Amino acid sequence: MKRHVNLLAAAAGLLCAGLMGTAYAQETPVKGGTLNMIAQPEPPMLMVGLNSQGPTLYVGGQIYQSLLTYGTDLKPLPSLAKSWTISPDGLTYTFTLQDNVKWHDGKPFSADDVIFTADKFLRESHPRWRLIATTYVESITAPAPNQVVFKLKKPFSAFLHAFELSSFPIIPKHIYDGTDYRTNPANQTPIGTGPFKLKDWKRGSYIHLVRNEDYWKPGKPYLDELYFRIIPDAASRAVAFEKGTVDVLRGGDVEGFEVRRLVKQKDVENTTSGWEAYAPLVFMQMNLRNQPFSDKRIRQAVMHAIDREFIVKNIFFGLGKVATGPIASTTLYYSKDVPTYPFDMARAKKLVTESGINPADHPIRLMPLPYGAMWDRMSEYVKQQLEQLGFRVTIQGTDAGGWSQNTADFNFDLTFNFTYQYGDPALGVARHYLSSNVIKGTPYGNNQNYVNPKVDELFTAAAGAVSTEDAARAYAEVQKIIVDDVALGWLFEMHNVTVNRKKVKNLVTTGIGLNQYMDEVWISK
Amino acid sequence: MPFFLRFARNYGALLGLAILVLVVMVALLAPLLFPASPWQSVGDPFLAPSEDPSYPLGTDMLGRDIAAGLAYGARVSLLVGVVSTAVAVVIGVTLGALAGFYGGRADDLLMRFTEFFQTIPAFAMAVVLVAIFSPNIVSITLAIAVVSWPPVARLVRAEFLSLRSREFVQAAIVVGQTGPRIMLTQILPNAISPIIVTASLMVATAILTESSLSFLGLGDRNMMSWGFMIGAARTMLREAWWMSVFPGVAILLTVLAINLIGEGLNDAMNPHLRGRKG
Repeated sequence: MKRHVNLLAAAAGLLCAGLMGTAYAQETPVKGGTLNMIAQPEPPMLMVGLNSQGPTLYVGGQIYQSLLTYGTDLKPLPSLAKSWTISPDGLTYTFTLQDNVKWHDGKPFSADDVIFTADKFLRESHPRWRLIATTYVESITAPAPNQVVFKLKKPFSAFLHAFELSSFPIIPKHIYDGTDYRTNPANQTPIGTGPFKLKDWKRGSYIHLVRNEDYWKPGKPYLDELYFRIIPDAASRAVAFEKGTVDVLRGGDVEGFEVRRLVKQKDVENTTSGWEAYAPLVFMQMNLRNQPFSDKRIRQAVMHAIDREFIVKNIFFGLGKVATGPIASTTLYYSKDVPTYPFDMARAKKLVTESGINPADHPIRLMPLPYGAMWDRMSEYVKQQLEQLGFRVTIQGTDAGGWSQNTADFNFDLTFNFTYQYGDPALGVARHYLSSNVIKGTPYGNNQNYVNPKVDELFTAAAGAVSTEDAARAYAEVQKIIVDDVALGWLFEMHNVTVNRKKVKNLVTTGIGLNQYMDEVWISK
Repeated sequence: MPFFLRFARNYGALLGLAILVLVVMVALLAPLLFPASPWQSVGDPFLAPSEDPSYPLGTDMLGRDIAAGLAYGARVSLLVGVVSTAVAVVIGVTLGALAGFYGGRADDLLMRFTEFFQTIPAFAMAVVLVAIFSPNIVSITLAIAVVSWPPVARLVRAEFLSLRSREFVQAAIVVGQTGPRIMLTQILPNAISPIIVTASLMVATAILTESSLSFLGLGDRNMMSWGFMIGAARTMLREAWWMSVFPGVAILLTVLAINLIGEGLNDAMNPHLRGRKG
């Protein structure tokens, strides 16, 4: 019974979304036209199953599709899966696939492709899916050519959120089965099911995609062509947008101060929506292995000593929102009910005194994130704030490789980082706090060495919960504990701004933003 | 005519000297003039010059005082300029003197070694050296010294080549003075003028190189420097011109002053030019 209710709710939601769509778009979509965008930096390949870097997903997302996509509220939406049901025990997920889907080379798409993707391709080439598959998935079967059933060993409350483009792109079995995936020549000529096909790729200049005439949604896509221009210089990218060479700027294409200037132009609109499924959260990483950061009161003092509003407003040009804790406000199970750390130097100093630690005895190495001017300013700001507490801080400049290496080897006192959350805390948040994730080799785990058995237990309980209420309760409690412990120094949620000419319609409609295939996008004449 | 009077007849050199003295004074008195660290946010961010009387040159994006930055930046610029030049002159004079005095094999060997450094673009090599040895004030100073000694070596070699055939050197050889002694007591004092002139200009170049390195983000991240200030502010040139213009002017004036002084020294020390201004 419960699953019918779910289905009904989903259908009602869809209907609403559809109605709202028509209410907003009063003009009728017109066919044709070319959309110009920027791929920055130039992706190494477009095969999203083997490379999930930003530009690869941006371009490859027009070619490859996943089973599901997600709304800006993170509700699952149909993509290659038309509908889905979950058994009441939370162990069986059944997906029904879209009809008449063809690969770009004309071969039909079927459940076999999904099984190949899940059981062979991604299990071998995708670390996040491999972890989920090994831990939770019992079997993957196809009772009918258009049906796929995932049976789980134990319930996993985040499972329905694991089918987004960067986590689960569907790969053509007839091209990859039995080959060496990494060296398959088809990686250069990607074959997907998406609304656009690769026409040509002039390295260093542009990537040209054209309309897929056999696309499974009748009458779509509206656009004839997509160009992803490659413009290596940031200032030139801003000029290209001003001149109209490109119609869309993705977050990060131009620098923060340029965004502030460009959005004021007429005929230009902008949105920070379209990043809900990723929700990048910026944080300080304090190494809990050594003094002074092994002391909780020192970590709390650091939080009080840093004016995070100031960082967002003056360093990041207002492109962010102060974070309250480990889970971004757009991610599922976010809880506001946590201890807060307002900017308060007096309180910070008092906490340092209470800890009994003499700050001058513990010189701190601060390793900035080497991603450019804004990150450098933030390091300088944090350094001077900590020096006001009496710490001696030296900034240790590194390049991107050095940062990654030092962080992965736990060779830091204090550094910065930001990570994607992928909609559900079990997918993108828990990794920073589980004691089982204190492993060398990646800068994106529990590198600060936060160990709290109670937290481990709560995260495990939440991930294994069958009902969302149970999961929510566990996540609410775990957030309180982590925030009180200051396991990481959360700074702010990054707002990536999409800037586009107003003539481009329906550009950002889902929580994966510009990675969403653009079969509904059109350009008014 | 006393040396200083000859120097003072060049008004440009006097002006240069005045500017340099001012810069040195500011650098020395920086901790008294600005007791707070130049990294410290003291006012509101983006204050234009004289918008708040306490910050006559304005504040940057973090509310740091630009004037304090200039004062502390002067210390870094002068320190790097003088020390790196001193190191470069020591290396250059040593190698040039040995090559010029002994000639033959030693000359060939040392000059090929010098050419090896001369064929690599100096700034590119400085960037590589600083990047390899992680940017800090010591590695920056040494990198600048390493790329700037070859012209000194060539100059000193040429002077030594011509001086060692003079009679007084021949005489010193005949009375049995040792090579090192001849080099230090007979030849070097006679070659010192062009070395001083070159060195003074090298200080200016070193300041420029340090600023360029800092501009590229390869400066010492714990020391305020003019190049760093411009590098950090350049993206906001349209909105807050004062953040990059004042450090730019500081570099310009200091380098200009040192060049003027160099010119004046050249005039005063070069015997061929002694009657020029009269």
